[in-house]
Amino acid sequence: MKAPKMTYARADSVAQALALLAEHGDDANVLAGGQSLMPTLNMRLSKPDLLIDINRLEDLAGISVEDDAVRIGALTRHAAVQRSPIVAEHLPLIAEAMPHVAHVAVRNRGTFGGSIALADPAAELPACILALGATITVESVRGRRDIAVADFFKGLFETERQPDELLIEIRIPCQRPGTVHAFMELSRRQGDFAIAGVACAAETDGETVTDAKLVYFASEDRPTLAANAVAAIAGKVWSDESRSAAMAALSEDLDPMDNLQGSAAFKLHLQRVLTGRVLDQAIERARAA
Amino acid sequence: MSDETKTITLTVNGESVTKLVDARTHLVDFLRGELGLTGSHLGCEHGICGACSVRLDGDVVRGCLMLAIQADGATIETVEGLTASDEIADLQENFVERDALQCGFCTPGMLITAAELLREAAPKTREEIREFLSGNYCRCTGYHAIVDAVETTLTQRLEKSS
Repeated sequence: MKAPKMTYARADSVAQALALLAEHGDDANVLAGGQSLMPTLNMRLSKPDLLIDINRLEDLAGISVEDDAVRIGALTRHAAVQRSPIVAEHLPLIAEAMPHVAHVAVRNRGTFGGSIALADPAAELPACILALGATITVESVRGRRDIAVADFFKGLFETERQPDELLIEIRIPCQRPGTVHAFMELSRRQGDFAIAGVACAAETDGETVTDAKLVYFASEDRPTLAANAVAAIAGKVWSDESRSAAMAALSEDLDPMDNLQGSAAFKLHLQRVLTGRVLDQAIERARAA
Repeated sequence: MSDETKTITLTVNGESVTKLVDARTHLVDFLRGELGLTGSHLGCEHGICGACSVRLDGDVVRGCLMLAIQADGATIETVEGLTASDEIADLQENFVERDALQCGFCTPGMLITAAELLREAAPKTREEIREFLSGNYCRCTGYHAIVDAVETTLTQRLEKSS
């Protein structure tokens, strides 16, 4: 199908984009990479009066290290994140997730901030930044504010960002010595939407996971932090028994939704399998470190 | 400053083009309908199939997931342009040699995506080639012959440059 009739404005400055958002709010859509918005326009699932194209806002693109955190501008393309030596060095979890984020032609155009602002429950990057404790900066004509990632994802495609706010940047703490990461995803075809997936950032002491963030995606209406699975293994020497304990405890953390990719029971089974595998890999990496 | 139509100027296959476009028209409808460049195909029109792949400022993108109005000032290359420049002549020969197409609908997208992999001029395993092409659907060949053609072209180019 074809996109509906609409008007288009190209923002040449952040101030201009914010003024348009203040005026039009919910009636406008911000067009960044467009890799999720354009399909919904072509299928007429969304019909904004106005598209605000922010692709010329070069100030919003770029990756740098500031105060033990990596700053990723909202308009940074996935391909740039995937190629970034800064991300490879300081955010290995995200580096490992990037090849799973769609396909090369989509990564050349899609943006990091777009993926966070959209909050697709099957997306990799919201889960990764939740595991890493990121901070999200948004701005409107009313001013700028920082939102902790734990408060950002509210539900299915719903976030704490208000209709007049523009996502500016994401700041993600650099991986510290003593922590390990692991990322796993199951999909029909490399780069397709996930059937199940987990992002893991763990603190370890030898063979023991002392603390961890296990975040599951492609299950609930938003990325889900699993506290019970972590509690089942925290402080215990890694063993077949603790692996089983984590896998069993996951049903207290996760209540997957049925969708076209599979039933709730199927998804919970796959997430359990991934839990065992991802923790195995985390421990292997801790041993090797 | 917000418009339903706008006059845009862009470079398509090396030639400057100025046209009035509707805001709602995506890039491939513009290329096919306004410029008669029918090499870029429309399969799904929502970014899944890859048949619409074109080059935007040097990188492969989905032509159906971008509005023509956004291409103001950009450089676009289509399969017609890559063919005329001979950049992919060897790849096209190997597609014919290996019967890497049947109906041919996916072929322009496959060629443009493979061209990006070949440009890196680095050795790749068959698995890596498959992964790189994973965003392009082919419903005829079963992919084997396509991977063969890309692998052969890459091997030939690496041999030539060493």
